[in-house]
Amino acid sequence: MILQVDSGDTSWILGATCLVLLMTPGLAMFYGGLIRKKNVLAMFGMCLAAMIAVSIEWFMIGYSLSFSTSIGGFIGDLGYAGLVNIHVASPVGTIPATVFVVFQCVFAMITAAILASPFAERTRFGSFLLFIGIWSMIVYDPIAHWVWAPGGFLFLLHALDFAGGTVVHVNVGFSALAVALVIGKRRGFKKDPMEPHNIPMVLMGLGLLWFGWFGFNGGSALAASEIAGLAIINTNLAACSAAITWVVFEYADKNKKKPSTIGIATGVLAGLVAVTPAAGYVQPWSAFVIGIISTCAVYFVLKWRARSNLDESLDAFACHGIGGVVGAVLTGVFASVNSTGLISGNPMQIAIQALGVLCAAGYAFGVTLVLALIFKKALRIRVPEAEEYVGCDLSQHHEIAYA
Amino acid sequence: MKQIIAIIRPEKFPEVKKALTDAGVKGMTIREVKGRGNQKGIKLQSRGGSYEIEFLDKIEIMVVVHSDMAQKVMDVILASARTDRGPGDGKIFVLPVDEVIRIRTGEKNDDSL
Repeated sequence: MILQVDSGDTSWILGATCLVLLMTPGLAMFYGGLIRKKNVLAMFGMCLAAMIAVSIEWFMIGYSLSFSTSIGGFIGDLGYAGLVNIHVASPVGTIPATVFVVFQCVFAMITAAILASPFAERTRFGSFLLFIGIWSMIVYDPIAHWVWAPGGFLFLLHALDFAGGTVVHVNVGFSALAVALVIGKRRGFKKDPMEPHNIPMVLMGLGLLWFGWFGFNGGSALAASEIAGLAIINTNLAACSAAITWVVFEYADKNKKKPSTIGIATGVLAGLVAVTPAAGYVQPWSAFVIGIISTCAVYFVLKWRARSNLDESLDAFACHGIGGVVGAVLTGVFASVNSTGLISGNPMQIAIQALGVLCAAGYAFGVTLVLALIFKKALRIRVPEAEEYVGCDLSQHHEIAYA
Repeated sequence: MKQIIAIIRPEKFPEVKKALTDAGVKGMTIREVKGRGNQKGIKLQSRGGSYEIEFLDKIEIMVVVHSDMAQKVMDVILASARTDRGPGDGKIFVLPVDEVIRIRTGEKNDDSL
């Protein structure tokens, strides 16, 4: 079905693209503030690397692999490689293909940047740059195709993923887990102090993520419509209900008894992640409940991770992986707007959602594990010991963040 | 009375602090400093050749103790701040102190430590 291009829809998606673009520098601030000051530039460097490598990959082959004609429901063909003649391609819904390409590109960028988490404070810049471009091609593109391309096998099964709960968050969460297992912990992990060096920067970063998420979920309506509005209401509400749940947990924690700002920020993030697949498919009250349930899961997984010996340094697995799983499954429970879930008499939807999660998590974990192992054997991915003590800012960029 | 100034690796600070506390040294003043020793910083190799980092992050701990405690404090810092990672563990300086006054009470010297 080819619809007429609508200028209102088009302008909203162009604006939403800009909102989502700003999420990646926001994420760099969020991550950068949480690590030691000797590595903050290297974190910004990795997020910039994700923006650059993925944008080029998206232009060369990524968009085509994700959204071109399907090969067996698994991956697109090379019909759009190099974006040749994209300006005359058929519109996607009511927006031009060119706008859809760049809107999807910023999604691929932020997803790749989230994967900087297990690389924090120990990775060579060049290795990450190469890794993230290849990862986007062989992990992100196929999963985006399964879920969002009209010929993708999960799309054909009617798996619901409004703005990328499975494609973005489940995918990157389980990929981060795989990387953490291969790359190993930072030197001095659990022995040396590794306190967040700049909490205001973390909170500014969270602000930019929250801001960008309006474009992320609101834009995924692909129209300037009541569904875009609903998605933004739900996004905001789930962020707040998740955050307040986190505050309650921290008050209840005998060792803490005070709600930390980092805790509140993590709660907001847990809500934003979980509502992503549901945003345009559920009523506001459902989004409120999704936020609460997401924190209930993420809070305890994050606590477990912090006690464990696993140095998944910035908890992409706990926040994005677990929050993404919770959101994807609950979408199957609460879907009731232009879709049906358990509460509107379609319990099968939960099984379809679970299948989507299993496929994405299994594929992302497995392929990323192999890719990371190859990088570990063939290229040096970690900096040498002396450089890790000095910090990656100096050793990778020859710069100091705060002179 | 002796002033003891120890310049140590930042990552060893929690250990040194605990060792000092266990040895009965409660008060201390610390700051983040940058410094280098006889090696003039360190050399790192990169693909474009090698380059030097002249000054490295360190933590400076300053304590003032009774003279008969000074040797013990030095031993404690030596034991807790040493690593097997080559140059860069830092140094300890011991200086005599003429006078100490506790501002709140005006107590002087040994009473004020």
